[in-house]
Amino acid sequence: MEQFLTFGIVGLSTAAIYAVIGSGLVLTYTTTGVFNFAHGAAGMMAAFAYWQLTEGWGLPVPLALILVLAVLAPGFGLLVERLVLRPVQGMGDAERLVMTVAMLSGLIAISRWVWDPNEARSLPKFFENADSIDIGPATITWHQAITMIVAVVVAIGLRVLLYGTRVGAEMRASVDDRALVGLTGANPVRANKVAWILGTQLAAIGGILIAPAVTLDAAQLSLLIVSAYTAAIFGRLRSLPLTFVGAIVVGCLESYLTGYLPQNQYLPGLRLAAPALLLFLALLVFPHRRLRGRDTKARPVPVPSVRGTLLFAGAIVVFGLVLASLLGEGELITYGQIFSFGVIALSYIPLAGYAGQISLCQLSVAGVGAAVWAHAGGHGELWALALAVVVSAVVGALIALPALRLSGVYLALGTTAFAFILDRWIFTLPSFEIGGLKISLFDGGAVDVAGPSLFGWHLDDGSELMVFAAVWLALASIAVMALRRGRFGRQLIALRDSEAAYATLGGNLLLAKMAVFALSAGIAGLGGALYGMQQRSVSGDQFSFVAGLPLYLVAVVGGLTAVGNGLFTGLALGGSFPVIAAAGTFAQNVTSLMPALAGLGLAKNPDGAVAEVRSGYEAVGRNKPVLGVLGVALAALWALQLQDVLDGWTTFWLALLALVAAQAIAQALEGRQARSAASDVPVEWWGVRRGWRREDEEVLARGIAGG
Amino acid sequence: MTGMTSASGAGGVTAPQPPPLLELRDVRAAYGRITVLHGVNLSVSAGQVVALLGPNGAGKTTSLNVAAGTHPALSGQLMLGGRDLTGANPRDLARAGVCLIPEGRGVFPNLSVRDNLLMMTFTGHSRDEIETIAFERFPILAQRANQPAGSMSGGEQQMLALARGLATDPAVLLLDELSMGLAPLVVARLYEQVAEIASHGVGVLVVEQFAAAVLGIADHAAVLVRGRVEREGAPDELRAELSALYLGSST
Repeated sequence: MEQFLTFGIVGLSTAAIYAVIGSGLVLTYTTTGVFNFAHGAAGMMAAFAYWQLTEGWGLPVPLALILVLAVLAPGFGLLVERLVLRPVQGMGDAERLVMTVAMLSGLIAISRWVWDPNEARSLPKFFENADSIDIGPATITWHQAITMIVAVVVAIGLRVLLYGTRVGAEMRASVDDRALVGLTGANPVRANKVAWILGTQLAAIGGILIAPAVTLDAAQLSLLIVSAYTAAIFGRLRSLPLTFVGAIVVGCLESYLTGYLPQNQYLPGLRLAAPALLLFLALLVFPHRRLRGRDTKARPVPVPSVRGTLLFAGAIVVFGLVLASLLGEGELITYGQIFSFGVIALSYIPLAGYAGQISLCQLSVAGVGAAVWAHAGGHGELWALALAVVVSAVVGALIALPALRLSGVYLALGTTAFAFILDRWIFTLPSFEIGGLKISLFDGGAVDVAGPSLFGWHLDDGSELMVFAAVWLALASIAVMALRRGRFGRQLIALRDSEAAYATLGGNLLLAKMAVFALSAGIAGLGGALYGMQQRSVSGDQFSFVAGLPLYLVAVVGGLTAVGNGLFTGLALGGSFPVIAAAGTFAQNVTSLMPALAGLGLAKNPDGAVAEVRSGYEAVGRNKPVLGVLGVALAALWALQLQDVLDGWTTFWLALLALVAAQAIAQALEGRQARSAASDVPVEWWGVRRGWRREDEEVLARGIAGG
Repeated sequence: MTGMTSASGAGGVTAPQPPPLLELRDVRAAYGRITVLHGVNLSVSAGQVVALLGPNGAGKTTSLNVAAGTHPALSGQLMLGGRDLTGANPRDLARAGVCLIPEGRGVFPNLSVRDNLLMMTFTGHSRDEIETIAFERFPILAQRANQPAGSMSGGEQQMLALARGLATDPAVLLLDELSMGLAPLVVARLYEQVAEIASHGVGVLVVEQFAAAVLGIADHAAVLVRGRVEREGAPDELRAELSALYLGSST
C-alpha cells in the first residue's frame, strides 16, 4: 500500500508537469491553429538556459527564474511568432507542421552545439534540503508539492484568461476566422503574440520542473513532449480539464509501470514506449472534430514527362557509375547514402505529395526493411529483397488502418507515436516468437548486413553497392512517374483534394489509403535495405524518430510532388552534408542545423527546390551547344581524375563550377534572345514565332473587350 | 464596345444630396495579374441604401472588400466622411466606422453567441450595450447565448452577424450576399432590419445576387459588369433593364 501511494505521488507530480506542458500545447493550438511539435524543445531550451544561469554562472535561483520565465521565454515566443509562423499563416497544415518540426530539429541541434552532450549536467530540485511532508504512510517532497500547486494555478489562470476575458475571446476568434477578427476592429496579430508568449512560458515552466527528475539531454527532454501530446489528445486539443485528466492518466501509468512491471528483457522498452502507445490508442478511440482552420489551398501536382523522367533516371545511373569509379572505399560508404536515402525520400512523393498523408515514420519503416534484409538476405538472396519490400508494405498498410480515421495534425501525431513505439521498444527487443513465427529485428543491438547476389555474382564492395542502389533509385523514380501519369495517381490526388468528393464519386477510401501507405512503405523498406547493405551493419538508433526528421524536412523543402526529389534529398543529406562536415567540427554543427533552417525557409518557396532547380536547367536542356560543352567538360574531368591528374576535391569543385556556369550561360543567352524577339512579334504570330505566354490570353481578352 | 463610360458617383438624380459618407473613386483592383475592377466609382450617403448588383464575377464582392480594407486597391481613392482612407487596414477602417459583414456567415462558429457579441466591443461599445441591443432585436439569440454560433441555423447566424451592424453603431454598413442559402421569408425579415438600420442615418451598401430581394428597400442601385459600373439609377428604372445587363447585350 505504501509503495502504491509513493508511486502514486510520483505519478501525480509527473502528471502535473505534463499538464502544464500539455495545456501550453492546447493554448497555442486553440488560439493560433498551430500544433507545435517544438513545444517540448522550447521547454528543453528553457531548462538548459536555467541550468546555465544557476549552475553555470552561479546566479541566485529567483533571479534566474525571473530571467528565464519573464525575459527569455517571452522573447523566444515573440521571435517564433514573427520569424517562423507568420510567414506560413495562410498555408496548409503540412507547411505549418513542417515549420514546427523544423524548429524541433533545429533546437535539438542548437542545444547540442552550445551544450556539449558528452558532459553530464544535472539540476537540483527546488528546496531539496527541506524536510519532506508526511501524509499518512507516504511522503511528498517540496519539489513535488510545488509542481502540483503550479499545475493548479496554471489551470485556473488559463481558464479565466481564455473564457473570461476579451483578449481570450480575441485569441480564440482568430483561429476561427482571422479576416473577420480584423473586421471587428480587434487585432489578430496581437492575439497570436499573446498566445506564443504564454505557450512558451508554460513550456519553460514544464521544462524547468521536469529537468531535475531526468538527465539534462536535448533529445530526451524535447521528446518528453510525447507524454504531453497524449494528455492534449485526451483533451481533444481544446479542453483544458480533459487535458489535465489525460496528464494524470499518463503520469500515473508511467509511474506504476516503473513500480510494478516485471523485470525481463522484453518489457523495459514497453515502459518507455507506453506514452506513445497510449497516444496511439487515444487518437484511435476519441472522436475528433474536423480540424480547424480554413484557407488551405492544395497546390497543383505537376505531371512529369516520360522522356524527361527516363533521361533523369539514366542520369542517376551514370552519376552512380561515375561516383563509384572515383571514390575510395571509405567514401563509398559515406556517399552511398545519396542513393539509399534518395529511395527512402522518394517514398514521400506518393504518400505526402500525391495523397496528402503526412507521415513522420518513413525512416522507421525503412528500418523494418533493413532488418528483414539483414536476417533473410544473409547470403544475398534476391528474393529477400522482395520480402523486405513486402514486409515493409504490410507494416505500412497497418499504419493506414488508423490513418483512415486521422488526418492532418492527428495523422502526424499518430505516425510519430508509431515511430516511437518502434524505436523505443520494438527495435530494442531481442528475437521473439509470436504464434510460432520467429521475429528478430536488431537483436537488441546491431546486426550484420550482406550485399546482394545477382545470379551468382556477389556484390560486396562499396562501388558495386553504390551502382546497385543508383539503379534502384532510377527504377523507383520511373515507377513514381508512371504512378503519377496513371489512374491510381489521379485517384490519390483526388483523395488529397477532397476525401468527401472522392468517396461520393464511388472511390474506396480505405483501399486507396491502404494501397498508398503500403506502396510508400514498400519503397521506404527498399531504401532501408539498400542503406543497410552499404553500412554493412545496422542498429535500431539509425532508424529513430529524431534521425528521420531531417529526411522529412529536406524532402518537403525539395517539393513533395517532384519525382526528382529522391535524388535531391539524397544529394542534400548523403552528399552535401558529409562534404561540408569534412571541414571540421564547426561545419559539422552547421550541417546538423541545416535541415531545420531549410525547413524554415519553406515559406519563401512553397513549390519546392526541385522545381526551381529544374526550371533553372531547362534552359541548358534547350541549348544544345551549352549542353554538349557541359557534357564534354564533365567527361574530361572524370577522365582526368581517373588518371590521377586531378585530386578528388579539385574535380568536385570544377564539376560544381561547370554545372553552375552552364546554367548561368544558358539562361543569359536565352534572356538575350527573348529580349530581342519579344518586342516586335505581331499578335497573330504569338505562340508561333515566340512561345505562348500565360499572360497572353489576358492581354488578348482585354484587347477584344475594348479595354 | 460600349462607348459610354459610367458617370461619376453623383450620377443618380433621385439620390439625396448631402456629401457622400463613403466613396470609391476610380478604384482599380486585381487578383494577381487579372484585373477585376477597372475604375469603379460608387458613393453612399448617410441613411441611403445602395444596392450593388451584377452577374457573377463582376467584382461586387471585391468592391466591398476594397471599401473594408481587406483587399488592396491598385489605384483610386477610398473616402470616408470626406477623409482619404486609401490603404488603411481593416482594423483601422472598422474603428473609423466601416462595418463589413462578409459573404457566408460573418460569425465565429466555434465561439458562443455571447463571445461573438463580446468580439463586437472592439469598436468602443460596452458589452452590456451590445448584448442589450442584440437580444432586444433578435430574442432568439438570447436563448442561444451559450451555444456555439456554428451550431445555430443559417438564419440565426446571419442575425448574429447583422447584430454587429445594429449594435456597434457604424457609419457605413457593407453587406455581402445576406440572402445566401436562406429561405425567402428569413431574407425578407433580415432586410427589414437593414432598412431600419439605414433609417438611423447609417449608409448601407448591399451586394446581392437576387436583385428582387434588395431592390425593395434600396434608394439607389448600381449595376457592375466586368469591373465597371455600367448603369446607375433609381431601383425601379433598373429593374426592367437588369436581364439585359446581366446577359451582357448592350442596350
